[in-house]
Amino acid sequence: MKLNDIVQKLGLEVRAGAGALAAEVRGGYASDLLSDVIAHGRPGDLWVTLQTHPNTVAVASMNALAGIILVNGREPEAETLQKAQAENIALLVSALPAFEVVGRLYAWGLSGMRT
Amino acid sequence: MMEIRADLHIHTCLSPCADREMSPPAVVRRGCERGLHVIAVCDHNSAENVEAASRAAASTGLAVIGGIEISTREEVHVLGLFGDDEGLRSAQEVVYENLAGENDPETFGEQLVMNERGEVVRHNGRLLIGATGLSLEETVRTIHRLGGVAIAAHVDRPSFSLLSQLGFIPAGLGLDGVEVCCDVPPAVPEDLAVVRSSDAHRPEEIGARYTRFLVERPTASEIGMALRRMEGRRIAT
Repeated sequence: MKLNDIVQKLGLEVRAGAGALAAEVRGGYASDLLSDVIAHGRPGDLWVTLQTHPNTVAVASMNALAGIILVNGREPEAETLQKAQAENIALLVSALPAFEVVGRLYAWGLSGMRT
Repeated sequence: MMEIRADLHIHTCLSPCADREMSPPAVVRRGCERGLHVIAVCDHNSAENVEAASRAAASTGLAVIGGIEISTREEVHVLGLFGDDEGLRSAQEVVYENLAGENDPETFGEQLVMNERGEVVRHNGRLLIGATGLSLEETVRTIHRLGGVAIAAHVDRPSFSLLSQLGFIPAGLGLDGVEVCCDVPPAVPEDLAVVRSSDAHRPEEIGARYTRFLVERPTASEIGMALRRMEGRRIAT
């Protein structure tokens, strides 16, 4: 599934990384502990989180994640936005809570498991 | 220069998760018994028992540093240690302005403000166990603006630590040091000072871990200088 399709279907606001939306999303990961995402986030995962700290961009970049969805309408911090723009990391905002975002992504065929 | 043993992270009965036995005079007594020269009283998001601890220590050889353990909005715990009451009071005000909610003693525990004799003066009704709306960067900046020393608490813990919550130390954060309390060597830059503290919530934990400093006086600013290896002050090895 292309990231761009998910943006459309979920009605996500694109805050940064508009150039990265053609990426193929291979799965999903949901966590608010960055140490956990560093350990378990896989390349191509779409990351669902409420953390808005600039470190999120570095983690997404380091683990080659497909993008970041901030939930509950949380907006990225100014520095987070800058870094995401500079590194072309897709930084997306949803008004929906995390459970709903993950549930819809799962229903569309994304999985947290990777075979 | 004198060598001091300092346990820079001790809770009192003001913290909902701490033992009721952690009255300010009991904490001071235990600190003396454990042979400490300095303790820092750092309750969660509040400093309302610092004065009682300082008074209780007045007739002892123990120096009490006023502190506060601030929960940032990322749920990172950061210690602010202050040399003067004004800075600490201002830090507490900033925290209170950014801390929502009321405590539920049944669920989280009582939050007792005591005097130097260990008598309950009042109950703090705020949700001290909660996270503030302050970002990590705002928290460190606030502590420094008010003249305090900023230490990331228990970075070797799997929860509420800078490393667990945010994965790594953001560049340019400006911490004075990091604290370990589980003897796990943290993945931090070599030039960042590492202190060992107890994070005591029960009397028997006080002084279980401490840091030896070489300083001129047992104060927050001297310890801040030691963390930054300034003018001969340093952590004793």
